Amino acid sequence: MILVSFLILVMLIGAVAACIFKDLLAAVIAAALVSLIAAILFYMLQAPDVAMAEAAIGAALTAAIFVIAIRRTKRYEE
Amino acid sequence: MRRVLSILLLLVLVVGISLSLAKIPFGVTKTKVGRHYVDQGVRETGATNIVTSVVLSYRGFDTLGEVTVLFISAVGLGAVLTGAAIGKKRKVRAASVILTTGCRLLFPLILTFGTYIFVHGHLTPGGGFQGGAIIASGFLLVYLGCRERRINRTASSVTESLGGLLFVIIGLLGITLGGYFLSNFLPKGVPNALLSAGIIPIIYIAIGFKVGSELASIIDNLIEES
Repeated sequence: MILVSFLILVMLIGAVAACIFKDLLAAVIAAALVSLIAAILFYMLQAPDVAMAEAAIGAALTAAIFVIAIRRTKRYEE
Repeated sequence: MRRVLSILLLLVLVVGISLSLAKIPFGVTKTKVGRHYVDQGVRETGATNIVTSVVLSYRGFDTLGEVTVLFISAVGLGAVLTGAAIGKKRKVRAASVILTTGCRLLFPLILTFGTYIFVHGHLTPGGGFQGGAIIASGFLLVYLGCRERRINRTASSVTESLGGLLFVIIGLLGITLGGYFLSNFLPKGVPNALLSAGIIPIIYIAIGFKVGSELASIIDNLIEES
């Protein structure tokens, strides 16, 4: 129970950080962290199939697509 | 006047919704269909993973729609991005030795794991979508680590089309042999065996190939064309 609360707290911090970071690369990594912890939580809540989809799509593929987009545009938000 | 009217309307809405919601008991199973899936799913479909039996047997037509949505989004991305980088020849900086070696070691393992996930979709958690996403993340690793290698676009589009066609053909065979779309016309076999659950493993293998090649071609389009 303490572990779940801690994970949710880290997830919230990551979500807020993804919103306020001006460095977009750091924001993407924070968003990927949210997805990764969501996958761990799905696994702990006994939904392993959702956890697999979340880890592969949310943490890996979406972050990669955002990084590609940042490489083609600007890294810092004004 | 208008403000009073809108507040009145809002009050009526709040009271109506809360009155209707108050009638529903919380924490009690209201529908019988979920209980039926849990109790009879293994007997009726032969798949020990109940999620798979719902996704591919009871709600198989929905899954065909989902696969179509993914296909349309991949096609749309390809149509938008194709030709955006004609004539631009970028220099590719080689990756470091650690990244290249790690990529060479990990890529076959990731492919094997993804294949395991979608072949055993009717027995263990996971299935075609999860296995396909894992395989696509393996291709992403190739783009990061072994930068001179590219996926064969013809092969990936042929795999994608064959996967979708196999799904629809099995569904149409179900009409002729079983009476309705996607009916399970093959023998169900012994539960927990690899060759069981009739058409479910075949469809999941088709979906795994389709989703994997689709997501890999999305990444390929984004890296190459943009």
